[in-house]
Amino acid sequence: MADYVSALLGGMLIGLSAVILMLANGRVAGVSGIAGRLLHGVQTATGTAFVVGLMSGPVFFRLFFGEWPAILLSADWPLIIAGGLLVGYGSRMGSGCTSGHGVVGLARLSRRSLAAVGTFMGTAVATVYLMGFFQ
Amino acid sequence: MNRIAAYRVVAALLSGAIFGFGLALSGMLNPARVRGFLDIARDWDPTLAFVLAGAVLVSAAGMALVRRMAKPLLDSRFHLPETVVIDRRLIAGSAMFGVGWGMVGLCPGPALALLSLGLPAVVLFVAAMFAGMAAHDRLQGARLWNRA
Repeated sequence: MADYVSALLGGMLIGLSAVILMLANGRVAGVSGIAGRLLHGVQTATGTAFVVGLMSGPVFFRLFFGEWPAILLSADWPLIIAGGLLVGYGSRMGSGCTSGHGVVGLARLSRRSLAAVGTFMGTAVATVYLMGFFQ
Repeated sequence: MNRIAAYRVVAALLSGAIFGFGLALSGMLNPARVRGFLDIARDWDPTLAFVLAGAVLVSAAGMALVRRMAKPLLDSRFHLPETVVIDRRLIAGSAMFGVGWGMVGLCPGPALALLSLGLPAVVLFVAAMFAGMAAHDRLQGARLWNRA
């Protein structure tokens, strides 16, 4: 399957998953929000179920295609720790991440989410650009 | 747990599984691909733009239908954010999030999905991510908008 076709189909499944959660439970499929509430012991049953489901995704992929999805993570450990801290802190402070603001917020035409997505896409692109000078 | 609450758990499990499979199929689980997508000034790999396009397309169509319903199937009301102001917290937080995402190529969804592969680097990232969340909530207050 061509890369852009699997990207489009995968994206559509992500959109479908967000619709299911809103249609059934009336909840935003925002991973940082779900993770943050788990951290506080809020909505633990549905939150845990969502995360277990999320983790089963690559396993179903393996059952379906006979191999694990390709992963290349080249960042060294200090960078991984710094990146993880920023992703965690920033997503709580900005009330969302790629899924909540990106998939659900944009689809709901939320101005806040549009501002958030524009901002994090901008700083992510700038970060990759600047890091390119040191590699 | 009553029956409706149990159905909500099943719905969350199903939604998470479809989300995780979609991430795996789309290429979003691969940090190298994500960073290639963000590297617009060098050799840009635009394929992951199709992930966001596909997701927002389906999500927007679905949300437009769901919006006509008085309430979701398994709850008495929709739980949607009520804040509308674009404030400094939103912009500063999103800016920090983007820097971390660009540094490693992982955001929360793919990071949690990848835990099933048991890679030490991913486990470390997720631990740091939860530490960052806990640090924020300790310093700034949790502000969980849909606590109920």
